[in-house]
Amino acid sequence: MDLAHLTIEQVRNLLKKGEVSPVELVDAVIGRIKAYDNKVNAYITVLEREARDQAIQMEDGIKDVDCDKQPLYGIPLAVKDLICTSGIKTTCGSRILENFVPPYDATVYSALKKAGAIVIGKTNMDEFAMGSSTENSAMGICRNPWNLDRIPGGSSGGAAAALAADMCIGALGSDTGGSIRQPASHCGVVGLKPTYGLVSRFGLVAFASSLDQIGPMTKDVTDAAILLDVIATYDDRDSTSIPREDVDYVETLKDGLSGYTIGVPKEYFVGGIDDEVESCVKKAIELGESLGANIKEISLPHTEYGVAVYYIIAPAEASSNLARYDGVKYGYRHRNAKSLIDMYCETRSTGFGAEVKRRIMLGTYVLSAGYYDAYYKKASQVRTLIKRDFEDAFKDCDVLITPVAPTTAFKIGEKADDPLQMYLTDIFTLPASLAGIPGISIPCGLDRDGMPIGVQILASHLNESKIFRVAYNLERALEFERKSLPVS
Amino acid sequence: MKISIEEVEHVARLARLKFGEDEIKTFTGQLNEILVYMDKLNELNTSDVPPTFHAMEKENAFRNDEVKPSLELEKVLSNAPEDDGESFVVPKIF
Repeated sequence: MDLAHLTIEQVRNLLKKGEVSPVELVDAVIGRIKAYDNKVNAYITVLEREARDQAIQMEDGIKDVDCDKQPLYGIPLAVKDLICTSGIKTTCGSRILENFVPPYDATVYSALKKAGAIVIGKTNMDEFAMGSSTENSAMGICRNPWNLDRIPGGSSGGAAAALAADMCIGALGSDTGGSIRQPASHCGVVGLKPTYGLVSRFGLVAFASSLDQIGPMTKDVTDAAILLDVIATYDDRDSTSIPREDVDYVETLKDGLSGYTIGVPKEYFVGGIDDEVESCVKKAIELGESLGANIKEISLPHTEYGVAVYYIIAPAEASSNLARYDGVKYGYRHRNAKSLIDMYCETRSTGFGAEVKRRIMLGTYVLSAGYYDAYYKKASQVRTLIKRDFEDAFKDCDVLITPVAPTTAFKIGEKADDPLQMYLTDIFTLPASLAGIPGISIPCGLDRDGMPIGVQILASHLNESKIFRVAYNLERALEFERKSLPVS
Repeated sequence: MKISIEEVEHVARLARLKFGEDEIKTFTGQLNEILVYMDKLNELNTSDVPPTFHAMEKENAFRNDEVKPSLELEKVLSNAPEDDGESFVVPKIF
């Protein structure tokens, strides 16, 4: 039995019964990292020694563990390298932070530690979370374990790939415009972007503050509920944090679907979507119906404006958030600069990659005098229209089901030279981010090349329990087969 | 052209970024393409629509004005490229 292939729930049962020890589990995962990560490059930092030391210390305590207080005791998890982990290098996939060691913990990282988790490493990502393919990492590209010539998706590509290749049991990613959901879809795993504000952003390196969210990436829906339960807590250190509902995500997911209304937005099925993706998602919808849900065709009329709105707002916020990388307090500093301003320019120009620079430029432009109204304000107004589309839809629907991406994972390098083409691939994930609503991607099927297709389930604010319930039921009906990857 | 090379150079100065000649040409071309695409938003009449800056409606998150421990100086300086034990050291402004 390959321990590393198991889920959080399965491993937890074995640990509790004493059938497996924390050290055996860590060894199994590290074994897979050593065997495959040189090909996949899912990890920027692997904490082999620390994880083993922790596991040894946890061996004796395992019998007395209170699963309610420490639901992740002994479980090896991966954390996206955008999340601050005190004493452990946190690079954000960028040369400008390649030696940065945070002096404090992100709230979610503290929560994982408190729950007993063992963090096995920090995962690869598009630089500062800007990208949809993990090709923008300064630490080398990450490859999709289903086919090493394809992208794993992005920006949480490393986390998704680590999960797919059983190089961790669960992971935390971040999602600003689809960066959890899209790589989850491309790698055949589960990924949830929670309601904006549900998971604290304290210690999450900021990209676009009104959009960023940390979320669970896991091998199945139950695990995602377990992880969300641990990380969703009100945090007064994040001024956008909201209190969670008084609900146990894991308990409610097993209820059935009768009485539920599933909305299908017609704008998500127009031209440009791969026919296999479309038929796979439609199959999921039909399964929902056979399980007792009502299906309703609805309209989200402003869907087609999502890319334009997002790629004005997110770069604008990023241009402000990334102003701090100037070589003064931390990170790379260009030496022998002629003046302070020269130091800023040289540091930033050397330290940032092309996509980051492109977005900073775009963001600076749309916020600049003379252009603010035409671009940023306009985009923010259309954002209201997109939000209202969802509010109307959820008056009659419990959840919406849509594709995650127009295609399966494309080839490495295929869209690298055409930024606009790359941006357009985010069309189905962006609107939910702009509205702040939660969304999950679960594996739905494979295309003719054997690449995974994900299906997205959306709900209104703070209705993660509805998402989990639909996702859990569909997951059981879809019977998507996880494989042992990468195939040699 | 939505944006000229001169405008791109101006924006670069604002953003404290420096580009080589070829880079500036490539960026200008890419930014133009992206900005042309953004014109799509003008298809919509938004004259009565309030902008959304916050995904979730929330009142100001205040706390009591009490002094609380902050980050220790040693930790603050721990990643400094150059410091004198009390402050960050940087090149002169001019």
